[in-house]
Amino acid sequence: MKEKLEQIKAEAIREIQNSDGLAKLNDVRVAFLGKKGELTAVLKSMKDVLPEERPVVGQLVNETRQSIERLIEQTKTKLEAAERDLKLKQEVIDVTLPAKKNRVGHRHPNTIALEEVERIFVGMGYEVVEGPEVEYDYYNFEALNIPANHPAKDEQDTFYINDKIVLRTQTSPVQVREMEKGKLPIRMIAPGRVFRSDEVDATHSPSFHQIEGLVVDKDITFADLKGTLAEFAKELFGEDTKVKFRPHHFPFTEPSAEVDVTCFKCKGKGCRFCKGAGWIEILGCGMVHPRVLKMSGIDPEEYSGFAFGVGLERIALLKYEIDDMRLLYENDHRFLKQF
Amino acid sequence: MNTSLSWIKAYVPDLDVTAQEYTDAMTLSGSKVEGFVSLDADLDKIVIGQITKIEKHPDADKLIVCQVDVGTGENIQIVTGASNVKENDKVPVVLDGGRVAGGHDGKKTPGGIKIKKGKLRGVPSNGMMCSIEELGSDREMYPEAPQEGIYIFEEDAVVGESAVKALGLDDVVFEYEITSNRVDCFGVLGLAREAAATFRKEFKPPVVTVTGNTEDVNDYVKIRVEDTELCPRYCARVVKNIKIAPSPKWMQRRLASQGIRPINNIVDITNYVMEEYGQPMHAYDLDTIAGREIVVRRAGKDEKFVTLDGQERLMDDSILMICDGEKAVGIAGIMGGENSMITDSVQTMLFEAACFDGTNIRLSSKKIGLRTDASGKFEKGLDPNNAIDAINRACQLIEELGAGEVVGGVVDVYGRVKEGRRIPFDPHKVNQLLGTEIEKETMLGYFKMIDLDYDSEKGEVIVPSWRQDLECLADLAEEAARFYGYDNIPASLPKGEATTGKLSFKLRIEEVARETAEFCGFSQGMTYSFESPKVFDKLLIPEDSELRKTVVISNPLGEDFSIMRTISLNGMLTSLSTNFNRRNKNVRLYELGNIYLPKQVPVTELPEERMQFTLGMYGEGDFYTMKGVVEEFFEKAGLQEKTSYDPNAEKPFLHPGRQANIIYHDQVVGYLGEIHPQTADNYSIKERVYVAVIDMPKITEFASFDRKYQGIARFPAVSRDLSMVIPKHILAGEVEKVFDARGGQYLESYELFDIYEGTQIQSGYKSLAYSLTFRAKDKTLEEADYAPAMDKIIKALEGMGIELRK
Repeated sequence: MKEKLEQIKAEAIREIQNSDGLAKLNDVRVAFLGKKGELTAVLKSMKDVLPEERPVVGQLVNETRQSIERLIEQTKTKLEAAERDLKLKQEVIDVTLPAKKNRVGHRHPNTIALEEVERIFVGMGYEVVEGPEVEYDYYNFEALNIPANHPAKDEQDTFYINDKIVLRTQTSPVQVREMEKGKLPIRMIAPGRVFRSDEVDATHSPSFHQIEGLVVDKDITFADLKGTLAEFAKELFGEDTKVKFRPHHFPFTEPSAEVDVTCFKCKGKGCRFCKGAGWIEILGCGMVHPRVLKMSGIDPEEYSGFAFGVGLERIALLKYEIDDMRLLYENDHRFLKQF
Repeated sequence: MNTSLSWIKAYVPDLDVTAQEYTDAMTLSGSKVEGFVSLDADLDKIVIGQITKIEKHPDADKLIVCQVDVGTGENIQIVTGASNVKENDKVPVVLDGGRVAGGHDGKKTPGGIKIKKGKLRGVPSNGMMCSIEELGSDREMYPEAPQEGIYIFEEDAVVGESAVKALGLDDVVFEYEITSNRVDCFGVLGLAREAAATFRKEFKPPVVTVTGNTEDVNDYVKIRVEDTELCPRYCARVVKNIKIAPSPKWMQRRLASQGIRPINNIVDITNYVMEEYGQPMHAYDLDTIAGREIVVRRAGKDEKFVTLDGQERLMDDSILMICDGEKAVGIAGIMGGENSMITDSVQTMLFEAACFDGTNIRLSSKKIGLRTDASGKFEKGLDPNNAIDAINRACQLIEELGAGEVVGGVVDVYGRVKEGRRIPFDPHKVNQLLGTEIEKETMLGYFKMIDLDYDSEKGEVIVPSWRQDLECLADLAEEAARFYGYDNIPASLPKGEATTGKLSFKLRIEEVARETAEFCGFSQGMTYSFESPKVFDKLLIPEDSELRKTVVISNPLGEDFSIMRTISLNGMLTSLSTNFNRRNKNVRLYELGNIYLPKQVPVTELPEERMQFTLGMYGEGDFYTMKGVVEEFFEKAGLQEKTSYDPNAEKPFLHPGRQANIIYHDQVVGYLGEIHPQTADNYSIKERVYVAVIDMPKITEFASFDRKYQGIARFPAVSRDLSMVIPKHILAGEVEKVFDARGGQYLESYELFDIYEGTQIQSGYKSLAYSLTFRAKDKTLEEADYAPAMDKIIKALEGMGIELRK
């Protein structure tokens, strides 16, 4: 009996080792361990064994069975791995073939620039507000300390609807509308379309965008304006950007300034991009003129504020090195898809 | 505004700076220097030489050989083709290795032209004699230069000295951007005052002495100002025995540096003082002034007047005229008349220095379409106190230059004398506004530099009348700040109550629109808000349509930009057309922009501005692609009800069988469709174009960022297919309405999985196949649960003449 089992085991081992595939291995399993298999046959012949020998023989049969099963299992794992390897080898692809893209659309460079600016100021606690594009002369000029017949009205080349209504030439009227609401303190930016009667060329457009900023609170200082815009410039153009404030004149701010940033191409050394100056003008700003505060119902003795205005296209043109403003309004797909 | 450095130095003698230092410092103190030109940038090794001997060139008829003394003790030989030189002439000579700015023809060479020793037709030439053009200037500025050939100096020129210096070309001309509030800086004196303060040097304006003979000007002329509002001051002086001659070189050079052409002593003095003081003046030939009387009055209606440029111009009664006893002799502040202009034979001259209302001059100048140097200065609103200094300065120069005999006295019609303003000064408040700690004395020191006095008793700053821009404490703060240096003001961030940074709900929904469009392959475009009224014809919009009632721009850039758009499609179609014509394939664009709907025509109040989300595409995709984008957007915007589509949108610019209004919550919120081939043709697009226009205010009304988790179904669904043959005119939407109405509580969803029209079914019909999914939240459905709903649906469909297939 023992010899018989040994023989079966040896035969099984040989058969298993000779299996060159999972199907063959399964045949071996059936042949030895299946219902009609050789080991089962041995078990069936147990009745011929003496009762006192049965436990010994039974254990022997089980051990043989287990060792065959173990070997089949091991071989199966090995064969499966080999088969998977083979399959993987057959599935090799050319990874350099073109990608299948989910042709996503592109955002307008103006919007990308605007969102950057919004992100910076929203982070500093500013609310983004809007105002009408067709605006009363009062809000566009008078309430901003630009009375009738002021030369600044000519400078801005206004489009008129009638003598009371204009296409706003700046986003500054939103300041006034916000102040008139009477809710203080104010920290806002107002992006939007503005209009001036400039003929279309590489650097002019009769319709463009500005972003107005306004802060009104107690004890707001020119130093706060400097700090805020320096922070803004660093966020927008890079940590090593420096800002320069130059005195300037705007009717609705006093003191007023224009702000230059170090050229982000040459870092201030002077290059073709900044026309050798090393500096690029990016915005106008100043302390809100006390008369403007008063006209909007805010007591200039108690409150002060600063305001600034940025040309959005100017930022977009500079940041993305676009050399012709007309590209922004042509909507040529080959242009847009670069952003 | 331009000035030369030498002219500034004439009033700030201690100024010793490079052009770049000047530029930087002046810009930082508020007088922005836009750029500068060094007149001698391309001039090198050019001296005054004297021709000692001229001989003919042995081998060339048109060349001569000159021996030139250049002050080195040894003559140098120069061959030239110029024919205007003779022995003993003093001329500019470029030595070997030197540079000139350009050629004879006046064309400048960037970097200059290097001059080297050489041979001309075999004869050695060791330098070059120059024309004024080669020196980078022209005869406009140097009228004494010959018509053609070498520049010849006056006899007193010193041989061997720098020719560049002798010609005043060792100078720098600055170009400024002066802001409109700084009227005083439109004169050299004003800028010199700023320069002196900027560099902390002494400012030395010219000392004006009132000159004149013993006669009385009042015996020569009477002045009557009828309109003192428009002419607050009129000063007049008389000069007799005029001797017209060229003005001296120094004056010519200074005028040249401003780009003003020297003409003769009288004209030049007038221009010189205008530049120096920023006060325009006018000279009349007194012998042409009828009745020797000047009347300042408004023009008559439709009065015609011939200005000194020979042009006849039409006046109206808002324009101020200078008249004599009989007729107009000049348009006040703009241009004199031909009838009274100074000629070379003038004997006696009336000098006018007046102050006119700036706004009136500006409007008048616009009205008659004539802008002059004078009107450009007047329209800024000049200081009337400046007029008297300017006219006395001019008369002083006339005497100094021997141009005539000044008659004693001034006629000065000056009603309300303009006093300097007084501003209460509070240094603490200035520091509070600036965020600085500048000492009071320091501030007063800055003020003193620009002639702002301080009344310590009253604590008031006294502002000179030429600084009309200084009105309140904030203005004084700026004066303090710019001389303290904007750079030196610290940088801080606003303190105080914290605020929440945020975007409005409207803007957030617009962000959702952008994101969705871009995910769906649409790129963002931007188009103008104004367009041509012809747009309506291109879009086939009927004559009587409300859309044709527009906000009209009264002064547009042209008809093409004359109305504010009432429909957003033109911009989109124009952009698609641009792309199509540039052969860009598969273009998808979107725009978020306003339309402007007038509340009444003509407009008396602000129009309604409605944000439109416009999508357009050609190439891949069809109507249903566009419809998909609309629904993606609605889902992302949190519109949870079912959107429906009404094919009766009646948009003339859309394909009549391929258009629909988009209905949400029983309201039209937009439309979509294929562009009508006629419209596509009008935009030269030869492909099918699909558009969708969504009215954002409506969407914003229904949009929401609220989401509630619905639970994921845990019980199995039952799916039942419905295959049907339906008359073509019945829309799938109508079938779906039946599902919605009769599907019962367990109908979870339905999906169209097949649609067929063709030979397999009878004509006039189409086949649709839907899969309906039923599911309960709390149990596994039995047939009894959903069978009644199915029955109801089938019954209703059959009632509509739809045949169900088994």
